[in-house]
Amino acid sequence: MNLFKLSWKYLTFRPLSTGLNVLLLALGLAIITVLLLIQDQFEKKMTQDAAGIDLVVGAKGSPLQLILSSVYHVDFPVGNIPMNEAVRLSRSRLVKQTIPMALGDNYQGYRIVGTNHDYLSLYEVGFSSGKAWEEPFEVVLGAMVAEKSGLKLGDTFTGSHGISVGSHDHDHHDFRVVGVLEPKGNVVDRLVLTSIESVWYTHDEEESGEEEPTSETSEDQDTLAHDHEHQNEEVDLEEDDYENTEEDHENHDHDHDAKFHHPVAKSGFPATDQDREVTTLLVQYRSPMAAVQLPRMINSNTNMQAASPSFEMSRLFELLGVGVQVLEGLAFVLIAISGLGIFIALYNSLKERRYDLAVLRAIGASKFQLLILIFLEGISLTFLGALLGILLGHGFLSILAAQNEQGIAAGLQAWTFLSAELWIVIYALTVGVLASAIPAWSAYQTSIANQLTRK
Amino acid sequence: MLFQTKDLKFSHPGQKEYHFQDISLDRGESLLVLGKSGSGKTTLLNLIAGLLSPHSGSVVLDGTAINQLDSGKMDRFRGENIGIVFQKPHLLAPLDVKENLMMARYFSNKNGQDADELLQELDLSKKSHSPVNQLSEGEAQRVSIARALINRPKLILADEPTSSLDDENAERVVKLLQDQATKIQAALIIVTHDHRVKEQISNYIEVKSV
Ligand SMILES: Nc1ncnc2c1ncn2[C@@H]1O[C@H](COP(=O)(O)OP(=O)(O)OP(=O)(O)O)[C@@H](O)[C@H]1O
Ligand SMILES: [Mg+2]
Repeated sequence: MNLFKLSWKYLTFRPLSTGLNVLLLALGLAIITVLLLIQDQFEKKMTQDAAGIDLVVGAKGSPLQLILSSVYHVDFPVGNIPMNEAVRLSRSRLVKQTIPMALGDNYQGYRIVGTNHDYLSLYEVGFSSGKAWEEPFEVVLGAMVAEKSGLKLGDTFTGSHGISVGSHDHDHHDFRVVGVLEPKGNVVDRLVLTSIESVWYTHDEEESGEEEPTSETSEDQDTLAHDHEHQNEEVDLEEDDYENTEEDHENHDHDHDAKFHHPVAKSGFPATDQDREVTTLLVQYRSPMAAVQLPRMINSNTNMQAASPSFEMSRLFELLGVGVQVLEGLAFVLIAISGLGIFIALYNSLKERRYDLAVLRAIGASKFQLLILIFLEGISLTFLGALLGILLGHGFLSILAAQNEQGIAAGLQAWTFLSAELWIVIYALTVGVLASAIPAWSAYQTSIANQLTRK
Repeated sequence: MLFQTKDLKFSHPGQKEYHFQDISLDRGESLLVLGKSGSGKTTLLNLIAGLLSPHSGSVVLDGTAINQLDSGKMDRFRGENIGIVFQKPHLLAPLDVKENLMMARYFSNKNGQDADELLQELDLSKKSHSPVNQLSEGEAQRVSIARALINRPKLILADEPTSSLDDENAERVVKLLQDQATKIQAALIIVTHDHRVKEQISNYIEVKSV
């Protein structure tokens, strides 16, 4: 036996009070852990995802929405901008590089992003299989999309209009997987990347389909019929090999233009003689000077707006700050209550244990050892609370990350530990020391002779 | 002489002073301390155990003047050399029987008696891992005796150890204390006003309030 074991025995001797106090403390600390982890990882993720993007140019509207939709791919896109204006901007001497993007479609909730190969180099992402898109309707899957959807090289799928699952499916043309990206732990993991041309052509068909003078019902039937066709095609796919599928496609697309097999633009803007639109332009400044001039120029002289990711994100964090503070406040209240609970539990148990303490003295324990005994009880209680709290915090985050596969919490690393969590433990132990100080002192001062004489 | 008190004087705050009769005991000797209720028997025992310090006089155990030790050393000395049996067993409830003994062992540096052997001698080996609040009164008192003896003390003090026990258990407890004192060659002091004890130990002093 030793003091540590003895304190443990006393704790487990009143499991209800011990358990309650541990749980209360753990909840408070869990909130703090989650806040710490989210703050750390979000900020890291946010800066990582926006690295190399100095400015985002898009349609007028909320600048925050523009950033969220075109850098982090979480909010709805703001709208489109005429491509010729985008092209003009990209030729500005203040601009080093631009990456155009066409947004607005999804596959099972994963966003389809029409862009060029510069986007891949922006995030320095390599391929785990296959290669980049070369022709319209060829797509490359982010690592997470490939993993969750089970799509492999050569598989085809239909995109849906809009950015959420269950939106109206594009019926006319299938995307074909030609590459799968390596996991990067950033936004690219949950995107379906393709050429701007692919996005354009999908919508062209859509529009021409809508122009056809058909009634609602017949269009629906049309859709159904198409779905059937696609299902058959998919069955075919499983049986036949890649080449056949391509042939199949060619047969299918007999009425389509030859443009569908032209190589797409790998850098810069797609060549076109029509009035086309893109959704956003990611801009890299040529010089620090541009940061001063370019946004003002765009915002006042054009129909477009320019937003800076770092500025908008710090604004967002400021907005979220209030919520974070409320949560922090709640956490501190919980911790304070648990501290008080521990104090009361120790103090009450001490009243019942005056005799025990006197007996301990009679069998040779010193005053100091009794002091240590009570401190040990308070400290092991809070230490348990800290461990449980940190565990709960990480557990909660892993649930959050698992529930939000396509959102902004996707890819949060629930089981990475921060050095700041050490402070949580130290913080908890401080609560333990404070809560047990008075009981420990009163144990220290117990007069044993009086205590033992009382019957 | 193993144990000696000289000119012990003490008074509780605001009360008259006790002047206790000198005691001297050798190894293996037993002594009864008799006296009316309130005569100061427990006070004397507390002085001897170093739980109270006398106003004057001395308590010497095996050459150590225990009333001159400082608080921490006194606690350690008591843990190692003085075994105390209380009127009630006062075992530590969260611990089982053997853990109660081992707790006493922890506070001393001595390697005293073997716990299992001691429990066997006190007919407690079957209860070694029982929670203490499941013991009968007699068993609990024997455990408290075992706890007092585990460190092979030089002096055993017992304050009315039999008052809550029936005849059979009372006799057994006193015999146990005597046997163990003889075995480990300790001096034994029993405070009592239990007439049953007088039949077993003849050597006594009487405490009188003057
Ligand atoms: N801590 C104390 N403070 C003040 N007075 C005390 C204290 N302890 C004991 N006394 C008083 O000292 C006197 C002697 O008490 P003590 O406990 O030594 O008597 P006792 O002989 O053991 O009696 P009993 O046989 O009833 O146990 C009593 O009058 C008691 O009220
Ligand atoms: Mg008494």
